[in-house]
Amino acid sequence: MWLKNIAFLSLVTIGLASLANWLLMPPKVQALDQPVVLRSNDFDSARQAVDRQFHAAWAEENLQPAHKAEDLTVARRLSLGLVGTIPSLAEIRMLEQRPEADRLQWWVDYLLNDRRYGDYIAERLSRAYVGTEGGPFLIFRKRRFVTWLSDQLMANRPYNELTHDLIAETGLWTDHPAVNFVTATVDQDGTKEPDVARLAGRLTRAFLATRIDCVQCHDDNLGGDLKQSDFHELASFFREAENSFVGITDKKGRPYEFQYLYANETVTVPAQVPFNQQLMDEEGGTLRERLANWVTHPENRPFARAIVNRMWAIMTGRPLVEPVDDIPLDGSFAERTLPAGMEPLVEDFIDHNFDMKRLVRLIAATEAFQLDSRAEHEVTPQHEKLWAVFPVNRLRPEQVIGSINQASSLHTLNAESHILTRLVTFGETNDFLKRYGDAGEDEFSQDAGTIPQRLLLMNGNLVKERTKDNFIRNAATKVSQLAPDNQTAIETAFLCVLTRRPTSQESEHFLAKLNNEALQTRRSQDFEDIYWALMNCTEFAWNH
Amino acid sequence: MNRFSSILGPEGCGTSAHFRRRTLLGAGAGLAWLTPLSQLLAVSADRKGSSSRPKSVIVLWMQGGPSQLETWDPHPGKKIGGDTKAISTSVKGLKIADTMPLSAECMDQVSLLRCVTSKEGDHERATYNMQTGYRPDPTLIHPAIGAVLCHELSAEGVEIPRHVSIFPEAWPARGGFLGNKYNAFKMYDPAGPLPDLPKRVSEARFEARMNDLNVLEASFAKGRRADLEANKTLHREMVQRARTMMSSEQIAAFNINNVPEETKKQFGDTPFGRGCLCATQLIATGVRCVQVTLGGWDTHANNHDLQSARAAVLDAGLSATIKRLQESEQWEDTIILCGGEFGRTPNINPAAGRDHWPHGFSVVLAGGGIQKGVVLGETDPMGTKITSETAGAVRVEDIHATIHSALGIDFQKDYQTPIGRPMAICQGTPIPQVLAEI
Repeated sequence: MWLKNIAFLSLVTIGLASLANWLLMPPKVQALDQPVVLRSNDFDSARQAVDRQFHAAWAEENLQPAHKAEDLTVARRLSLGLVGTIPSLAEIRMLEQRPEADRLQWWVDYLLNDRRYGDYIAERLSRAYVGTEGGPFLIFRKRRFVTWLSDQLMANRPYNELTHDLIAETGLWTDHPAVNFVTATVDQDGTKEPDVARLAGRLTRAFLATRIDCVQCHDDNLGGDLKQSDFHELASFFREAENSFVGITDKKGRPYEFQYLYANETVTVPAQVPFNQQLMDEEGGTLRERLANWVTHPENRPFARAIVNRMWAIMTGRPLVEPVDDIPLDGSFAERTLPAGMEPLVEDFIDHNFDMKRLVRLIAATEAFQLDSRAEHEVTPQHEKLWAVFPVNRLRPEQVIGSINQASSLHTLNAESHILTRLVTFGETNDFLKRYGDAGEDEFSQDAGTIPQRLLLMNGNLVKERTKDNFIRNAATKVSQLAPDNQTAIETAFLCVLTRRPTSQESEHFLAKLNNEALQTRRSQDFEDIYWALMNCTEFAWNH
Repeated sequence: MNRFSSILGPEGCGTSAHFRRRTLLGAGAGLAWLTPLSQLLAVSADRKGSSSRPKSVIVLWMQGGPSQLETWDPHPGKKIGGDTKAISTSVKGLKIADTMPLSAECMDQVSLLRCVTSKEGDHERATYNMQTGYRPDPTLIHPAIGAVLCHELSAEGVEIPRHVSIFPEAWPARGGFLGNKYNAFKMYDPAGPLPDLPKRVSEARFEARMNDLNVLEASFAKGRRADLEANKTLHREMVQRARTMMSSEQIAAFNINNVPEETKKQFGDTPFGRGCLCATQLIATGVRCVQVTLGGWDTHANNHDLQSARAAVLDAGLSATIKRLQESEQWEDTIILCGGEFGRTPNINPAAGRDHWPHGFSVVLAGGGIQKGVVLGETDPMGTKITSETAGAVRVEDIHATIHSALGIDFQKDYQTPIGRPMAICQGTPIPQVLAEI
């Protein structure tokens, strides 16, 4: 019996070792067939229109843009932005086998077809739609909602249709998950009904990138021309939404009554939108359906701007217009009230039927997205501000932990990973997030890191578990034992953690470290230390 | 001016003489428990011209919604009272639940507010409301009271986090728009090691790792913004400050293992009790705000038994904290706030539970600048709601205004928020009956 066990274990170890070995060998680029990713002409012209605006903005400020970043750097950005983690070593090997001409386009397509894209972007978007609060007990199904959203994104459902569902869907929160947009606001301890004011605020911020919450209690006193009535007349579109045992339905004719500031009595508030009133259907459908038609109307540009700005922010770490949900209603690039890039991206998005995957491809193809964050000339905050270099942005907690997990495995951790790996990872992820701190809805905050975060990375369990001597689980150990020579081992560690090869100074330093007898460490400990340093440097924790 | 200069005191503070003086106490003496000497040695960053004001806050946070009727406001013999019995206290005419005999003896030292009202009946939203004094606003995150304290008061000489949460619950106190450097440092049972603080490798290996890190940082800096580290990432600075903390003698304040058994017993042999004990040590070291959480108050079923068991744990922790602060002469330097996110319904549901009730619940305030022996309001025997319009009602923001007033913080001062909207530290009004002359 024990012989069988030993034979089995040996077989498994040999199998793992040979797989790892294949990954550790420097790749041989194979000549592939013609590039398979095709682009239509209007895609290129849209990209050029975006690039032209950026160039105009740089010229105006006398800013010299950086050079294009290396492919692996851009690939890391794309991976972090679309699936929330750095590329695995296996993915890097695949990527480098592609011909340079279509490498990045192929990579974007590869990521867009990976289930992790749907899951990750759904998680990010859901924060804007339903916030990060737990929501009402039982009737709000966050998990179900995010899964539904992920399904829509994978199927590339047009964004206007998806949004229409969120605003106007009826039914149970379990089999019609889109209703969770409304359910999330149900008042638990009072009326047990959806909160029309919270819905109005949420809708304008998430779908129109307009903040009218500030006039919920009084007319705008910051110089704007919005009135308190603008807010409540919009909220009135949700007045018929009803929560019952059959889920969210619409009860025709239910009024919304409100007492305005300084008024002596309540009034019945009519349903009216605060701008672009000409796009509103006079009749037909429920109040929520009419509102959804207006929000998603192709001529209602704030709708497309909102998602373009948010997707740009998710992919780069910083929105084109800050804050992400507050874009001027009447802006334009010509008047310099909208930044470079926004309008051509919005035009293309609307012209192509609110195609999310196309939007992602277009953003990824722009020059601004692909610029280096370094330059030979002096880089100033102004360069970063106007995207003349790629701005260095802090990774979100999920990206940090996703990257720690991925860096410690030579293979891609995705939906196909072993269930045990995923379960362990899930538990550890939650614990790590609790300690690291979640950004909540303010996810594009440019705040610096904190001391507890540094302590967690320096001394916490997760980094220790992912880097310690463990041949079965950890890349650091495998690299230390299987790499054909020190130079390859160091290069592999850099690729796994920082998605790049070491500079000559770094190679020199780490080669000397491996040859240093003074510390009396085992080789696997040396690589644990190298991994520790790679995971604790600025470069790992920031997008660049 | 570096935005982060206040988080752990000025650079090089570790060399300051007062830490070295601590070593005179000898290892194992902890904080030289409660001797006048510890007072001399404990760091206290005096605010100019108002050194007599309290400087720290201990929040005893009852997560889940403690029932006022099973704790501070019992109504035995009435329909709303359930099975709770009442006992007399050191304040004439005031009775509290019989599960809290130790606290009953301390009631002449505290202010008891039994008419607190809010508009939030959901755990998460109400927790936010109690922690910040504001209702949740989707456009920004308000800072918790501990974050405001750290922002407003000096950090001189403190090498450990000045805002600490012991047993952080699902929604720990945050810095909000003041910046996440003001987030609470999270720790668990002080009986165990402090999370993430001990090195994982030998000193020699750690030094070698730091050396490796420097090589990588030099690479990253090349060709990028010259002020990237100083004005944006602050990554290396945070690493450096983390190292300072790892080797600081002040981390002894997190350790309660050297405290005499007799003292530990007073706090109760519970995680919460140990948390309260640790909080008093942290305050003595210059920490501004410590929140100690006691969970398990969300009793939609079997309310009486569950609440009574929790109240017993609270009783030991709260009473010992009060006594300890008084004995160590930190009483005038510290404010205690004890409460949860809301109370529980006067009506008992079919599962013998009570549900959420933000319409009249109880909060205890005590310490420096707080009147002693004051009792405000009570739960209406008929179970009528108290709203902000009810005469004598105390709103959550009023509690915040009271605490800030006692601390000498101008709570009407506007902060500039990232969204460009000025925001007062707090929108409440101090409760005159509770505020003592300082």
